[in-house]
Amino acid sequence: MTPFDIRGTKRRQIKDRIFSGFVWALTFSCLIVVFIILFYLFEKGIGSINWALFTKGPKPVGEFGGGIANAIVGSLIVVVVAAIIAIPLGISVGIYQADNRGKRIAERIAVAVDVLQGIPSIVIGIVIYVWIVKPFGGFSAISGSIALAIMMLPPVIKSTEETLLLIPHTLKEAALGLGASYYHTVRKILIPTGMGGILGGCIIGVARIAGEVAPLLFTAFGNPAMVFSIFKPVDTIPKVIFAYASSPYEDWQRIAWGGSLILVVFIIILNTIIKLFENKWKVQF
Amino acid sequence: MEGTILRTENLQISFGDNKVVKGINMEIAEKKVTAFMGPSGCGKTTILRAINRLHELTPEAKVEGKIFMHNEDVYEMEAMTLRRRVGMVFQRPNPFPTMSIAENVISGFILNGIKLKTQEKNEIIEDALKKVALWDEVKDYLKKKGTSLSGGQQQRLCLARAVAMKPEVILLDEPTSALDPLSTAKIEDLLYELKGNYTLVIVTHNMQQAARISDMTAFFYLGDLLEYDDTKKVFTNPKNEKTQNYITGRFG
Ligand SMILES: Nc1ncnc2c1ncn2[C@@H]1O[C@H](COP(=O)(O)OP(=O)(O)OP(=O)(O)O)[C@@H](O)[C@H]1O
Ligand SMILES: [Mg+2]
Repeated sequence: MTPFDIRGTKRRQIKDRIFSGFVWALTFSCLIVVFIILFYLFEKGIGSINWALFTKGPKPVGEFGGGIANAIVGSLIVVVVAAIIAIPLGISVGIYQADNRGKRIAERIAVAVDVLQGIPSIVIGIVIYVWIVKPFGGFSAISGSIALAIMMLPPVIKSTEETLLLIPHTLKEAALGLGASYYHTVRKILIPTGMGGILGGCIIGVARIAGEVAPLLFTAFGNPAMVFSIFKPVDTIPKVIFAYASSPYEDWQRIAWGGSLILVVFIIILNTIIKLFENKWKVQF
Repeated sequence: MEGTILRTENLQISFGDNKVVKGINMEIAEKKVTAFMGPSGCGKTTILRAINRLHELTPEAKVEGKIFMHNEDVYEMEAMTLRRRVGMVFQRPNPFPTMSIAENVISGFILNGIKLKTQEKNEIIEDALKKVALWDEVKDYLKKKGTSLSGGQQQRLCLARAVAMKPEVILLDEPTSALDPLSTAKIEDLLYELKGNYTLVIVTHNMQQAARISDMTAFFYLGDLLEYDDTKKVFTNPKNEKTQNYITGRFG
């Protein structure tokens, strides 16, 4: 007699195999979907990638050619300004949250952040339209940036908070024990130690907003001209894709594919950066 | 007491409803090594952390009574000033992971926003690392991360970090409990060297360690100070039965 009842081992092994196979098949089908989308996008988009796409503005209907230079610049402005607003604010809130767990205010902020994350982007667009666009008399890049900044806040706040919570408490005590102020402890110890995670959250945030069109329809609106001011309406890549893809003109549809490809390549680059940072900023305690 | 640097007056510390330190009156001699001993959970760490006010980070901790440093109420002082005068070495080595060995040594200056000239910096680094007997081991790798060192080296680095600030008092909470005997011996030698210039308060469970390096020994039990005297007396002729039992290994 063996000490354990080993009847049924065979059956369990088979069950185990089936389960593993199931998980593997589902994983594989996800990957397939991603690859099909990327493949299709490259196939359709690569033909429209040319110099004009990056250097020229839109042409009137019927004229062949043209590009989305104004939308690329517009997108850069809107997204960069949104990041400039959201990153310092999000990191500050994240630090507060990590330091004040269990306090009433912190708990309410946490709920608010969760709710914010679930609010459809178009609703944020409408709110900014009512609060900023209308009172200040018109569409502008900055109003679009504010809408996107609001969308970017949750990932930045959460990743900052989660990263800081992973830092051993003893490091903070060591810093304060040396006579450091709270400000210096945060700036010189906590943020550098959590840099990888915090930057990761910022990049996820940027990736999240870069492709948004809904909140921009009521805010940055659109502009066929090349504009470098944050106080004027601007075109953005997602908005151009939206407008051109739903148009009946083949040449515009071609440009929409080109724009989509640019956007996706941008996102892929951001993801690659996250991966690079993950290793470069990995901190060993 | 002549040459007293720290004095507690009915020091009581509780976490929520749990009173952990129950009214301690003691004086700690300047430029001497004082050992805190006692069974696990009797409040040694808690007292140590009260001295440089680290309990302020724990919302449920409450410190009552007084602690004086040179007749100055520690809790009336600016926390940052106090902590620069009273350094701390923790039970587990905790060098700053983003800083190099050299930066770790001068981290007290970096963290206080004190700018140093390159020359000064190098002098402080070399001096502190020599004091903790780490210089020869790391002098060629000063740019490497502090966390790349072994545990014993890291702990000496943390000691160097405290020493570099030239504090008056250094609090050490079981600084060798995570270390091998060789590293332990090194740290003990160091503490022995340091005691001419610094006041050291060391929590330890290691009887030999207390006997070897300390001048005074305090024995705590369930939040009370049961015995406090010259280390020799405490070890050879303890007055309290509990102390005697603890020292002879009958409980603890
Ligand atoms: N942050 C805290 N919150 C609640 N209780 C605490 C906290 N820190 C310590 N205590 C309690 O205070 C008591 C004394 O703890 P302390 O760490 O001072 O003991 P110690 O003498 O240092 O023990 P050891 O030798 O094991 O380190 C323990 O009962 C512990 O549970
Ligand atoms: Mg302890």
